[in-house]
Amino acid sequence: MYELVVSINIGIFILLALSLNIITGYSGQPTLGHAAFFGIGAYTGAVITTKMGLSFWLALPLSGIVAGVIGALLGLVSQRVRNDFLAVTTIGINFVTVAVFQYVPFFGASFGMSVKKPVFMGHDMTNLEFFVLIAVLIVLVCLLCVRIQNSWIGLALGGIRNNEAAAAAMGIDVNRFRVIAFTIGTTIAGVAGSVYAHYMTFIYSSDFAFVTSISILSMVVVGGMGTIRGAVAGAVILGVLPELFRFVSDYRMLIYGGLLTLMMRFQPEGLLGNNSLLWNGISSVLSRAGISPGSRETKEGAADQ
Amino acid sequence: MDMILQQVINGIVIGSVYALTAMGAALVYGILRILDLANAAAYAMGAYAGLFLYAATGNVMLAFAGALLLTALFGLVIQKYLYVPVLDRPPIVPLIASIGLFIFVQDLLRLIAGPHIREFQVRIPFGEIKTESLTVNSTWIFIIALAAVLLLFLWYILTRTRIGLAWRATAQDLETAKAMGVNVNRVVALNYLLGYSFAAAAGIMVSMLYNSVYPTMGDVPAYKMLAIIVLGGLGNPVGTVAAALLIGLVETLVAGYVGFFLPRDAIAFVVLIIVLLLKPEGLMSKTVK
Repeated sequence: MYELVVSINIGIFILLALSLNIITGYSGQPTLGHAAFFGIGAYTGAVITTKMGLSFWLALPLSGIVAGVIGALLGLVSQRVRNDFLAVTTIGINFVTVAVFQYVPFFGASFGMSVKKPVFMGHDMTNLEFFVLIAVLIVLVCLLCVRIQNSWIGLALGGIRNNEAAAAAMGIDVNRFRVIAFTIGTTIAGVAGSVYAHYMTFIYSSDFAFVTSISILSMVVVGGMGTIRGAVAGAVILGVLPELFRFVSDYRMLIYGGLLTLMMRFQPEGLLGNNSLLWNGISSVLSRAGISPGSRETKEGAADQ
Repeated sequence: MDMILQQVINGIVIGSVYALTAMGAALVYGILRILDLANAAAYAMGAYAGLFLYAATGNVMLAFAGALLLTALFGLVIQKYLYVPVLDRPPIVPLIASIGLFIFVQDLLRLIAGPHIREFQVRIPFGEIKTESLTVNSTWIFIIALAAVLLLFLWYILTRTRIGLAWRATAQDLETAKAMGVNVNRVVALNYLLGYSFAAAAGIMVSMLYNSVYPTMGDVPAYKMLAIIVLGGLGNPVGTVAAALLIGLVETLVAGYVGFFLPRDAIAFVVLIIVLLLKPEGLMSKTVK
C-alpha cells in the first residue's frame, strides 16, 4: 500500500519536526544535528531487540531515554558557548555519531544493521499497525507540546527566545530551561528513531547523516518555527512534494536549501507561524466567520466572557 | 626525529589551509556576530572554479586569481542581498539562511559538475626540497607560501589601512562605530570580499593537496572552521590562525602517532569539546568577551 508507506514516512518526520520544534522553535536553539539523536534511538532500539532479544515495547522507551541522556549531556556541554555556536557543536555531534555507526563493527559498520520486525498480538507488526502506533505517538507529542506551551517552562522558554538577557534578569535559569528543552526534544527523536528502525528492519549510518538533519530543520522552518501546526504542516508539505513531483526528489537539497534561504530572507516566520502572512490571513478570515483561530489570547478572552 | 619533523610540516600545511578556510567566517563573526556557514560553500565553489580555470588556462596563478575573484563577487552579492537585510532579525535567521545557501550551492555544484570526484593535478613551476630523510613536496611549499602571503595581506589591511581601522572599530562595537561615522556597510562588504576569496583559496589548496574535488567537500570544513573560530576566541584573526595551526598539528600528530578510533576529521570536534569544558571563551579571546 503506497499511500500507507508514504504516510508512515511522513508521520516519522512529523515526530522529528515536532521534537526539533521544541528545541529550535520554543527555546531558540539552532541545532543542526537532530538526525544524530534519531540515529542513536534507531541503533539503540536495534541493539535492544535484535542483539539482546528484548521486546520492542521495552526498546521504544529505552531508545528515547538513551537518546535523551546523551542529548542532555551534549546540551550541558553546548550551553558553555554562545547560543549560535550550538549549531557548530550539533553539526559536529552529527558527524561524529554517524562516524561511530559507520566505523564500529558492533553497529554493523558500513554494512548497516538488520532489525527484527516486532511482534504484536502474536504476529509480525503490519504497516497498518505501525501507522496507528505513529499516529498515537504524534497525538501524544502534540499534547506534550501544548502542555509545554501553556506551562511555566513554555513561558520561560518564550522569554529566553525573545530576549535572553531580559529573561536571565527576571531570574530565569536560562541554561536549565535550554537543557530541559534539549532533553525533551532528543528523547522524542530517539523514540522516532526506534520506530523507524523496526519499521524499516534495516538501518544504515547514512540514514542519519547531516542531510537528514537539514531536512528536519527545513520542515520546521518552512512550516513556521515555534508552532505545532507549523512543524506538522512543514513535515507534510516537504514529505508530500517529492511524491507528487518526481523532479523534487532529484533536486531535493537544491529545493530545501533554496527554501531555507528564501524563507529566512522574506518570511522568517514560516508559512503558518505566528505573524506570518498566510496565518494572519487565515486568522482574520476565521475571526470574521466567528471562529476563534485557537490562539491563547482569544481563548482566554472567550473564557472571561 | 625526521619523521616527527615531516609530520609537523604536514600539520602546518593543513593548518594554514584551515586558517584560510576559517578566516572569512571568523571575520564575519567578529563584526556581525552571525555564523556564516555559506563560507564553506565558497570553499567548494572556489575549488570547482579553480579546477575549470586550470583546465582552461593551464596556469596555476591564473586559476587562483580567477577563482578568488569569482567567489569574492559571490560574497559581495549575497552579503548585499541576503545578509544585510536580515541583520536586525534574531541571529538564528541569518544562520539558517546561510545553511540554506550552503546546501543550495553544494547541490548546484553537484548538478553542474556531477557527483563524482574529479582529479585536480597541478604542475607547480618549481621542484621539491629534498634532504636525505626529509621531503617537502612542491605543492606543500606552494600552499604554505601562498597562505602566508594572503594572511600577511590581511594583516596589512586590518592594521595599516583606513578601512582596516574601520573594521577594528566595528569589531569592538558596531553601534558606536556607526555613530562615529564608520561606513559599516563598506566594512561588511570588505569582510565578505576577503573572507570568500580566502575560502576559495583554501578550497583550491585542499583539492591540490588531496588531488580531488567533489560537491560535498565543504561539509567537513563547515563544522571544522566553526570549531576553529570558537577555539580562536570568536572572531579574533590572530587567534583564528593559531587555532587553525593547532588543529592541523594535533590532527596530524594524533593520526600519525597515537591513532584514533574515529576518522581524523572527528579529532577537531573532540578537541573543541575538551576546550569548551576547560575554557569556554576560547583559547585567545582578548578582543571579544
